Amino acid sequence: MLLNQFLILAAFLFCVGAYGVLVRKHAVLVLMSVELMINSVNMNLIAFSLRNDNVIGHVFALFVIAVAAAEIGVGLAIVLLIYRNRRSVDPGEVSEMKG
Amino acid sequence: MLAQNIIFGLLAVAMALSAIKLVTTKNVVHAALYLVVVLAGMAAQYILLAAEFVAITQVLVYIGAIMVLVLFGIMLTRAPIGVTPELDNNSRLPSAIVALFLFGSLGAMLLDAFGDERFDLNNGVATGASGGNMIRTADSIFSQYLVPFEVVSILLLAALVGAIVIARRD
Repeated sequence: MLLNQFLILAAFLFCVGAYGVLVRKHAVLVLMSVELMINSVNMNLIAFSLRNDNVIGHVFALFVIAVAAAEIGVGLAIVLLIYRNRRSVDPGEVSEMKG
Repeated sequence: MLAQNIIFGLLAVAMALSAIKLVTTKNVVHAALYLVVVLAGMAAQYILLAAEFVAITQVLVYIGAIMVLVLFGIMLTRAPIGVTPELDNNSRLPSAIVALFLFGSLGAMLLDAFGDERFDLNNGVATGASGGNMIRTADSIFSQYLVPFEVVSILLLAALVGAIVIARRD
C-alpha cells in the first residue's frame, strides 16, 4: 500500500467538502460537508500513525471524533434556533453582521 | 498486498462518488444517506490502516449518533423531503474553481513530499505488536493524554448543556 493513496483520497474528500461548504444553501447540508472535511483529516492522522509506527495518531483521531460530535450538536442547535426565528436555514440570509 | 489495494480501490471509488453526490444532490435526505456511505467507507479504510478501535468508534459515533442528529435536524427544520430545485447558491463556478485549485495544490505537494513511499507492513502498528493497537491506544490515552481526555469529557458535557440551552423553547 502506498502512503499517498490514502493521503490523496483524504485530500479529495476535503476539497469536495470545501466545495459543499461554499455552495450549499441549506445549513444542515453545510454542517454535513464540514463533517466530511473533519473525517478526511482524521484519515490523514490514521495513515501517518501507521507510517510512523506510533498510535498517537489514533488517540488524536478519537479526540477529533469527540470534538466533531460536540460541534455538530451545538451547530444543529444553532440551526434550529435560526430556523425558529426566521423560518429559513439559508446561511446567506443571516447577514446582519456584514459590514 | 494486492487484496488490500483492490479493497482500497473499491472503497475509494464508492467514497469519492458518494462525496460528490453529497454535495450535488437535490434531495436533503439523500445527501444524509450519501454521507453515511462515505463514513462507512472511512471506517473500512481505518480497518485497512490497522486502526480497529477508531473504526468501531467511527461507526458508533458518526453513523450511530451524528447521523441521527443530522436527520433530526433535517426533520425539525422542515426541510423539503424530496427533490428541491435550489439547494445551491449562485456561486457554483467560483466554488468549483476554489476546490479544484485546493485539490491540485494539495495533490502536487503530497506527490512531491511522499512520492511512492510505501507503508512498512512489518512495523508495530501494522502487526499489532505489544497486545494490539487497541491496548496501545488505551495506554496512551490513560497515561500520556489523560488531561486532554478529561478536558474532552468536560467539553462534551458543556456542548450537551449548551445545545439544550440554545435549542430549548421557552
